[in-house]
Amino acid sequence: MTAYPDYRTGDPVTDTAAPGGPIAERWDRRRFEAKLVNPANRRKHTVIVVGTGLAGGAAGATLAEQGYHVVQFCYQDSPRRAHSIAAQGGINAAKNYRNDGDSVHRLFYDTVKGGDFRARESNVHRLAQVSVEIIDQCVAQGVPFAREYGGLLDTRSFGGVQVSRTFYARGQTGQQLLLGAYQALSRQIDAGHVEMHARTEMLDLIVVDGRARGIVARDLITGAVSTHLADAVVLASGGYGNVFYLSTNAKNSNATAIWRAHRRGAYFANPCFTQIHPTCIPRSGDHQSKLTLMSESLRNDGRIWVPKAKGDTRPPGEIPEPERDYYLERIYPSFGNLVPRDIASRAAKNVCDEGRGVGPGGQGVYLDFADAIARMGRKAVEAKYGNLFEMYERITAEDPYEVPMRIYPAIHYTMGGLWVDYDLRTTVPGLFAIGEANFSDHGANRLGASALMQGLADGYFVLPSTINDFLARHPHDAVPGDHPAVTEAVADVTDRLRRLLAARGDRTPDSFHRELGELLWDECGMARTDAGLRKALDRIPALREEFWRRIRVPGTGEELNQSLEKANRIVDYLELAELMCLDALHRAESCGGHFREESATPDGEAARKDEEFSYAAAWEFTGTGSPPVLHKEALTFEYVHPTQRSYA
Amino acid sequence: MALATRADRPPSLIGSVWRSTVGKKAVMAVTGVIMLAYLVAHVVGNLKIFFGAGEFNAYGHWLRTVGEPFLHHEWFLWIARAALGTAVVLHGVAAYQLSRRDLAARPRQYERKRPRASYATRTMRWGGVIIALFIVWHVLDLTTLTVNPNAQEGRPYENLVASFDRPAVTAFYIVAMLALGLHVRHGFWSAAQTLGANSARRDRVLKFLANALALVLTCGFIAVPVGVLTGVVS
Amino acid sequence: MDLTLRIWRQRNADEAGAMTTYRVTGISEDMSFLEMLDHLNEELILAGDEPVAFDHDCREGICGACGMVINGQAHGPERTTTCQLHMRHFSNGDTIDVEPWRAAAFPVVKDLVVDRSAFDRIIGSGGYVSVPTGSAPEAHATPVPKPVADLAFEHAECIGCGACVAACPNGSAMLFTSAKVVHLNVLPQGGPERESRVLGMVDAMDDQGFGGCTNTGECATACPKGIPLQSIATMNREYLRASLKGGRRR
Repeated sequence: MTAYPDYRTGDPVTDTAAPGGPIAERWDRRRFEAKLVNPANRRKHTVIVVGTGLAGGAAGATLAEQGYHVVQFCYQDSPRRAHSIAAQGGINAAKNYRNDGDSVHRLFYDTVKGGDFRARESNVHRLAQVSVEIIDQCVAQGVPFAREYGGLLDTRSFGGVQVSRTFYARGQTGQQLLLGAYQALSRQIDAGHVEMHARTEMLDLIVVDGRARGIVARDLITGAVSTHLADAVVLASGGYGNVFYLSTNAKNSNATAIWRAHRRGAYFANPCFTQIHPTCIPRSGDHQSKLTLMSESLRNDGRIWVPKAKGDTRPPGEIPEPERDYYLERIYPSFGNLVPRDIASRAAKNVCDEGRGVGPGGQGVYLDFADAIARMGRKAVEAKYGNLFEMYERITAEDPYEVPMRIYPAIHYTMGGLWVDYDLRTTVPGLFAIGEANFSDHGANRLGASALMQGLADGYFVLPSTINDFLARHPHDAVPGDHPAVTEAVADVTDRLRRLLAARGDRTPDSFHRELGELLWDECGMARTDAGLRKALDRIPALREEFWRRIRVPGTGEELNQSLEKANRIVDYLELAELMCLDALHRAESCGGHFREESATPDGEAARKDEEFSYAAAWEFTGTGSPPVLHKEALTFEYVHPTQRSYA
Repeated sequence: MALATRADRPPSLIGSVWRSTVGKKAVMAVTGVIMLAYLVAHVVGNLKIFFGAGEFNAYGHWLRTVGEPFLHHEWFLWIARAALGTAVVLHGVAAYQLSRRDLAARPRQYERKRPRASYATRTMRWGGVIIALFIVWHVLDLTTLTVNPNAQEGRPYENLVASFDRPAVTAFYIVAMLALGLHVRHGFWSAAQTLGANSARRDRVLKFLANALALVLTCGFIAVPVGVLTGVVS
Repeated sequence: MDLTLRIWRQRNADEAGAMTTYRVTGISEDMSFLEMLDHLNEELILAGDEPVAFDHDCREGICGACGMVINGQAHGPERTTTCQLHMRHFSNGDTIDVEPWRAAAFPVVKDLVVDRSAFDRIIGSGGYVSVPTGSAPEAHATPVPKPVADLAFEHAECIGCGACVAACPNGSAMLFTSAKVVHLNVLPQGGPERESRVLGMVDAMDDQGFGGCTNTGECATACPKGIPLQSIATMNREYLRASLKGGRRR
């Protein structure tokens, strides 16, 4: 497919790390075949870990326990604040405690299918295998999972899955799991095995002789730019959802670490696979700085509707039953309000585009609990959803017991990320990517409660095994601090910061970020079209040019300068956005979170094109604004055979 | 290796408890409770004043003979005085050291202040100082009789009435007893909290007890000068 | 609505700071407090001034990054985090004082940003269960009674924002420390390190320069997550118990 002039197609890329053989035995085989580092030699090896979320925190702690010298970074003031903390719902594991027919194979199957057949089977199977160990580990750490009266762990069914395999800690599962990892990490920091640099942001990757050997980082308090050298670098810096400006990500979550790695040679896979969550609190005005998610569980009892008539501005209570359109129940009678995330999101967009949206700007739909309250009683609804209702009321000042909630979809997760093989190695030797920063396990769509599972699987179990192999094959040898590659990377970073500070234009960093975000949301959001994507691809280079001409960053680089931090991240978003649109444009099929209007069934549902697009698109950087090279990793399905999803 | 723990330093219970803020607070709590128990006994004894000089003075005499013949004359009294003196000193020194630390931990106040906590809580430090000064006066007045206008050994009733015939003394006494009431009100509950005796279930009971103790002690002690003032005791 | 803001401005840890007055207009009552500050900062940048530095991240009340003293109250008038405080709780024409957390153990870094790394050091001194990855027994090996699990959860909810320290007249970290001690000490998994944990964490807390507890209860009143004051009593009990047992310090 070279129909578009904006990229070249290069050689295919293949995962050479995954062993063959029966899928259930591959992880054992890989671990056995991997070379090991003698425990006594481990402390001679330094491993840099960027990020302290579920993946990074778990990896840092585990590598230090194994005896490696870990140097870890986070931009937050404490490793405990990484955005994994905000995950609400739960974590999947194939424990089959409910005896309801779950198994490792079923979790594997559900994840591959849920990912709309765009994930690698061997990775997903390993994820399902490791899931059971994660629960053991977290319980032993003191994570207070919900329990039954008998003292055993409670589980629930989540995200339309038919088995109860989701472990949870009220609506704060991410927080509790993260604190578990943070505590394990803190223990290693205190013991001197992890050298922790908080409030320090990675701004570039140092590649020496084709191998990742360190990073350039900026101390966010003093502004000092420093280099850190190591034997391997692990990126656990999370996803890139903030490219949309408005998302459920933390305000400072950013793509700089993975984008700089991409610029230094790491392929970026499937950037257009972004997940949009249907139940977020709608924006209340132009001042909106971020979006807040409400648990998907609300759809179990709430009914989603909009007025039948366009531009109906009556308060919801005054709209009589016959004039309401319960559109999900109408279009998808068997699944109703419980259709998967992408379908629920798109349907909301469609009714709003028709002019039937509610609330400010018509960007919202009702999620109504009146029937649930009538059926179960207010007390029962309160017991089940009380904290969510409270959160909603705090933000909107509306009482959901009296007035239906208003919800709207929002960017929530990015399935795309740095391309990695079975060992979680990127295409730059010595550079690993784990958690949301990589692309590996969720294909085109992530199932609920799987992000936490993947982050912890990578951090606690997968990376610590696979990195041994790399380090064993690359005995420690120091890189001189004045190596040309090191000085060049530092010069790049300082030069860029200097340019940002020198511009002295008339627009704020946020104004550019908002504009880019709106453009992406419109053209590369819930539904994408050839024309829209081309429009965005035209606009982005112009915006980039305008950015450098008109950006205004106050203050200096030698102090805490939050405007400089923002502007520096936007520079990378302005490049990443372009690749996202290009990826979305080239993938002329609908799959998972990526819906191309041109590729739909006659009833408007997503139509996947397996003959043409059954591959992961790994992009190689060739320079800002110059056509990237597409390397395809063909996906083969030996165990789960692709089918078209149907929820009608 | 990653799993190694640090070498232990020899733990000295008293040293480590006294060094830590939590331990020092526990010392304050224990000494506070000792003093509180003493005050309860004290107020009961005081109320005998309303039954006339004979009974009151006999009570005073009995205190010197407690424990005889096992204990020598006044030994009990001196043991009690030593225990109380130690409690007062430990309580005071711990309070002083902790206060120094607390003030250093908040070197700068907020520009916008707002009323905090209860009055009793906020007046613990100054209340404590008033009570300490009062104790000095009280001992000089009615124990050593150094500043007592009557100053007759073995005649506590007469000494007391003479002392409270001075309005300034009565006023100081009443102020000190009010401070004591506030101090006990927060101090009793606080001691329970510090010694880990508080829980969600016991909290209300402890707060009620604290209030009751404070009220009984304050009223009981103030009843004496009021009695003198109104002529009930003369 | 239009507001007068008096905000603490301080260039860095070494320079003295002062309250500076700003006027903001056109504030929507649906804005969060931080969005109101975003609005001010956008205006400051365009006017050639330096924006106000403040910590924030998730803006959903869970990461614990944000925190400022608003009109003398940690996180402002509502019992929530600053990011979840909305402007509808203020009125047109109000003067709002905004200050950083003030405590010796939380030195000001810039404007409203303070250094809370002392909290991390307290956790590092025992706020964990020593269970190296891979060594965990099967999750169901040790049932935990639901009330115990719930109690642990209630204390594990702490977000480490530091409001307790900011609100405490003594700049004490007792509530923060006790939340972690209770969380782990009530669980069977935390049992083996029960004594060393509380001794280590209390020592670390003292070493970091936090004040002592005078049981004013300000911390629990300010806590956006409702960590109860009784948790301090429980920690005191654990501490005394560990001391009397001659508990091993780490």
